[in-house]
Amino acid sequence: MTNAALIDLLSTWVIRKAPTDAACWFEQQATKLRSGATDKDLYLALGYAIRRLGKSDLGLSPDELAAARTARPGWDPGDWSIDQAARLVFILATDDGDAARFKARLEQLFRTADIGELITFYRGLPLYPYPELHIARAREGARSAMQPIFEAVAHRNPYPLERFDENAWNHMVLKALFVGSKLHPIQGLDARANPSLMRMLCDYAHERWAASRPVSPELWRCVGPHADHAAIDDLARVLAAGGAVDRQAAALALTACSAPAARELLARVPELARAAAAGSPGWAALAAP
Amino acid sequence: MFVDSHTHMISRTTDDYERMAAAGVMACIEPAFWLGQPRTHVGTYIDYLSMICGFERFRAGQFGLRHYCTVGLNSKEANNEELADAVMEILPRYALKEGVVAIGEIGYDEQTALEDKYYRLQLELAKELALPVMVHTPHRDKRQGTLRSMAVALEHKLDPSWVVIDHNNEETVRDVLDRGFWAAFSIYPFTKMGNERMVDIVKTYGAERIFCDSACDWGVSDPLAVPKTAELMRRAQIAEDVIRKVTYDNPLAAYGKSGQINEQDWLNPPSIDQRTLYMGNSVLRGGQAPRIDEVPRGVDDNLHIA
Repeated sequence: MTNAALIDLLSTWVIRKAPTDAACWFEQQATKLRSGATDKDLYLALGYAIRRLGKSDLGLSPDELAAARTARPGWDPGDWSIDQAARLVFILATDDGDAARFKARLEQLFRTADIGELITFYRGLPLYPYPELHIARAREGARSAMQPIFEAVAHRNPYPLERFDENAWNHMVLKALFVGSKLHPIQGLDARANPSLMRMLCDYAHERWAASRPVSPELWRCVGPHADHAAIDDLARVLAAGGAVDRQAAALALTACSAPAARELLARVPELARAAAAGSPGWAALAAP
Repeated sequence: MFVDSHTHMISRTTDDYERMAAAGVMACIEPAFWLGQPRTHVGTYIDYLSMICGFERFRAGQFGLRHYCTVGLNSKEANNEELADAVMEILPRYALKEGVVAIGEIGYDEQTALEDKYYRLQLELAKELALPVMVHTPHRDKRQGTLRSMAVALEHKLDPSWVVIDHNNEETVRDVLDRGFWAAFSIYPFTKMGNERMVDIVKTYGAERIFCDSACDWGVSDPLAVPKTAELMRRAQIAEDVIRKVTYDNPLAAYGKSGQINEQDWLNPPSIDQRTLYMGNSVLRGGQAPRIDEVPRGVDDNLHIA
């Protein structure tokens, strides 16, 4: 999907949602920026976006969300607001085919962004041209101490799945648990499970147990597929001593593990095993509310 | 409900946020100022402005407070010309950020030529961008500095109803009110205004264009100064609507001219903010009215600020 097509799709949503006079303003700005405006024009357009358009939810329909997925696989703007869509149109509109210039401009915007802009700019990661150039920036977002910034990268965003190396990926998943964020909105959790992450997560579970603190049932999702003996022992411990939701999670994790020891464990909890084999309840449902 | 229109929250602890929220402070405004020692590079200034538009806003939201800020080059650092010029160049980038409610705090410290130059330039910037101005009046030679701040603002054709003169005392308030400016009072132990004096000011001058703030920062200061002063006024039989004006309505009206602060921000926040930025205030979920104790908790023993 080309940059222009993404701009058109976003623009349609903004214009549908915007007050009439603001829709005109939005279209003028986008046109001006596409035809090669100055950095100052871009800053002003970004600065006035909320003042002109407000920040109400886009409230996209299932058809519109499907169009988003078609335009850009993995793109999930289901909880985006109008100012976010408009600001990303402005940024995309400035691309004139010069990768270095686009990256420098984007970096400058990130450096002087307010918190709402940061969330927006990170949510835009899957839409930017030259995706290979934004990895360091995306990792910076995943290091943020501000949970909404972290989640703008980690949640409902295909960019980390596609671009993060194993170390970056693993730390993003671990950090999500560490800051009390959810795992299930992370795209590619199952596809990118790996032995190293499995070990990190089990170590983390032990830390939590040592401190008598609860362990998120979601943690076991990324443990199951690569569980070794020690990890299977951990899951046995959860099956024996965990709460109802923890036990469901352990059964789901064991179902994803091909080791004979995992099968044996599951055989001891036939009801849980049957439900887990049927995928019930799913991982998203197991995440605490 | 209270609005504290002058707080340097980057210097305060989470305990302060918790106590402010418990005492009913719904929103705070963080004016850009110096940091107790002068910055030497524009880069640190950029990071500072990003901090007060970014991480500090997030931090406040965690405790259920809405956080706003002002941006500007303060009078002390205006005396470093190289830094000042560089800051003036980047200020327009920040002036239109969400939640920037004024250009400030600007004005005079020692009333030097450089302070005067950058004060005037920033008054023009505020006019151009239709933003209110927060004026920091000097600690020394205060009355003269205050009069000069106002004269220069009028010379630059600013509407005085768009300009807040802050850190007033008994010696400056009459002149400020007579000229049509907002008169803010920083309730501050030892140096600026005690809150008992504030009660007397309100008794004398009423609530028209007057409000108080805590100016809490890295020094000895009290982030509960506004709720405590409200309680003192209550005990002094000052009418509830007067108290409300001095501690809530007036700062909202003054800085609300920016279009960047509105009580709906905390009474009925946009859903995108509820999902992302404005956490820890479960009382506001589901469109409920906030339930705030009228008398601040845990401050009774320590109500007077000298």
